[in-house]
Amino acid sequence: MALINNVLLIEGLSVQNWTYILVGLTFSLYIGIAIWSRASSTKEFYVAGGGISPLANGMATAADWMSAASFISMAGIISFAGYDGAVYLMGWTGGYVLLALLLAPYLRKFGKFTVPDFIGDRYYSKTARLVAIFCALIVSFTYVAGQMRGVGIVFSRFLEVDINTGVIIGMLIVLFYAVLGGMKGITYTQVAQYCVLIFAFMVPAIFISIQMTGNPIPQVGFGSELADGSGIYLLDKLDGLSAELGFNEYTHNSKSMLDIFAITLTLMVGTAGLPHVIVRFFTVKRVRDARKSAGIALLLIVILYSTAPAVAVFSRINLIETVSNKPYSEVPEWFKKWETTGLISFTDKNNDGNIQYVADKEKNELEVDRDIMVLANPEIARLPNWVIALVAAGGLAAALSTAAGLLLVLSSSVSHDLIKKVINPKISEKNELIAARLSAIGAVIVAGYFGINPPGFVAAVVALAFGLAAASFFPAIVLGIFYKRMNKEGAIAGMVIGIVTMILYMIKFKLGWFDEVLPNKNEWWFGISPEGFGVISMILNFSTALIIMSFTKKPPKYVQEIVENIRIPN
Amino acid sequence: MLDQKKRKAYWKENIRYLTILLFIWFLVSYGAGILFKEQLDVIKIGGFKLGFWFAQQGSMYVFVILIFVYVRLMNKLDKKYGFDK
Repeated sequence: MALINNVLLIEGLSVQNWTYILVGLTFSLYIGIAIWSRASSTKEFYVAGGGISPLANGMATAADWMSAASFISMAGIISFAGYDGAVYLMGWTGGYVLLALLLAPYLRKFGKFTVPDFIGDRYYSKTARLVAIFCALIVSFTYVAGQMRGVGIVFSRFLEVDINTGVIIGMLIVLFYAVLGGMKGITYTQVAQYCVLIFAFMVPAIFISIQMTGNPIPQVGFGSELADGSGIYLLDKLDGLSAELGFNEYTHNSKSMLDIFAITLTLMVGTAGLPHVIVRFFTVKRVRDARKSAGIALLLIVILYSTAPAVAVFSRINLIETVSNKPYSEVPEWFKKWETTGLISFTDKNNDGNIQYVADKEKNELEVDRDIMVLANPEIARLPNWVIALVAAGGLAAALSTAAGLLLVLSSSVSHDLIKKVINPKISEKNELIAARLSAIGAVIVAGYFGINPPGFVAAVVALAFGLAAASFFPAIVLGIFYKRMNKEGAIAGMVIGIVTMILYMIKFKLGWFDEVLPNKNEWWFGISPEGFGVISMILNFSTALIIMSFTKKPPKYVQEIVENIRIPN
Repeated sequence: MLDQKKRKAYWKENIRYLTILLFIWFLVSYGAGILFKEQLDVIKIGGFKLGFWFAQQGSMYVFVILIFVYVRLMNKLDKKYGFDK
């Protein structure tokens, strides 16, 4: 602590100044990289020329993957969900095993630019390609709208501008390096963004772990005893506190185990089926590099993901101890600061001047937004100002890197899949590159529009992008590689059934558009939530494909040869 | 070995690796972290109940190891069949 206080005295700069400095520095870095690595051919624009090293691709994939949600919201979600939060931890990492073993090496061998490319060629049909383009656009749009909103929120919280201004600043930055650099520019900025975001996430976590447990490794720290010499384990203490205040015990489930199973599986399979993740594996040179970079990507992701549950526990205990049954007049400064942003609010229901933070909604007096667990964590733990500012730079890196990756998928879906492959196959290389840049601009504008005017349903459906990817792409790609006999009729029918059932279930149980009111949980099919329904749609996709296939004719000889060929690495 | 035969044998070994690795993948996450979580929670390692630990830590570490094991196995396999050039 003494050291930290000294640093505080020496630096003297306010959080705001530090934020401007760090955000300014990182942004100039991203822009510098974009200018240095601009794309000059469609191959560079779509897949960075196909010559990215496994390490760089692993870092870029990790940054691409970890969005504002992973960086800012995930630890907070786990903090309030306890054990149930494992669905995100396992779901968003386990998918990489599927990706590395079942998809990435073969798609790299296939060696085109996009996921609809593979579907269209493997299933020798324009219809299959169009269905795939449709699925890619739906999945990526639901995902990117949430990201642009996230960019706006991060800007507004740290730079004290309003959310819309934040979205516009974010749009301009992304526009600049995505349009100029294409995949090549995005890849190298993502490498830088990974470094920024992982540093920003780990520094506060390590500080807090030392404070609370004396152990500098957060992953070990949250299974240790408290540093106060009481000999009590952190997790036991949290279970006790939760029970005392009437919350679900932290290490126990509150969702049904079946639902936890279904959600985890949906997220895993969805991860493996997301076009903006898959396309990253087209950027490396050889098949073996694709396998290796999947491993590196997951390792780099797990550094953050295994720290998040530790941060969740630290911040939850910190929060309860700081506020529970304490007089409102004595709350620390951060409480007041975040109160003005509306992320935390107190209503003294029984007029005793103390904060009652309990599970019982009637008596609870404290509302806490889960994002605060990461955003305010350094302040709650009284870390130096530069660490607080670092979190801002990290959050922005996370949001921008993911948004850029998605925009690229959207633009290549339009310029490559739709214009080059369907509408005008004779388009010249130069014109296609122009088309790619124009569609990137179009995609940024549409995404920015949804970021500024989020339709009510966007927030609700972002989490379902995984269900949609699981229901559509994953079965079609896996069957395409592992089942030579699979034909276009089967694959198309499967994808259509998968995505349609997923969308219908989502509309009925998440948006409630079919009924007067949103149907009750008890009406869920098999007790599975909309977030977990992707698994059911995926099973429907697989079975429909297999049944239809058995009634229709074999794929032509040359397609079977494509399959033989992608199975061999050279 | 004939090329066709070689390819078949390579693919068969690949599938065998996949099956084993995905079995472990399923075991640590869905097995230890979800289906048998309650039973494993009886065992405690430090402050961690074992089932909880698998769900929020252990499964992720195993995932990373699985991919790197696969990378090694396949690099060897590629060499064995001469597909590494």
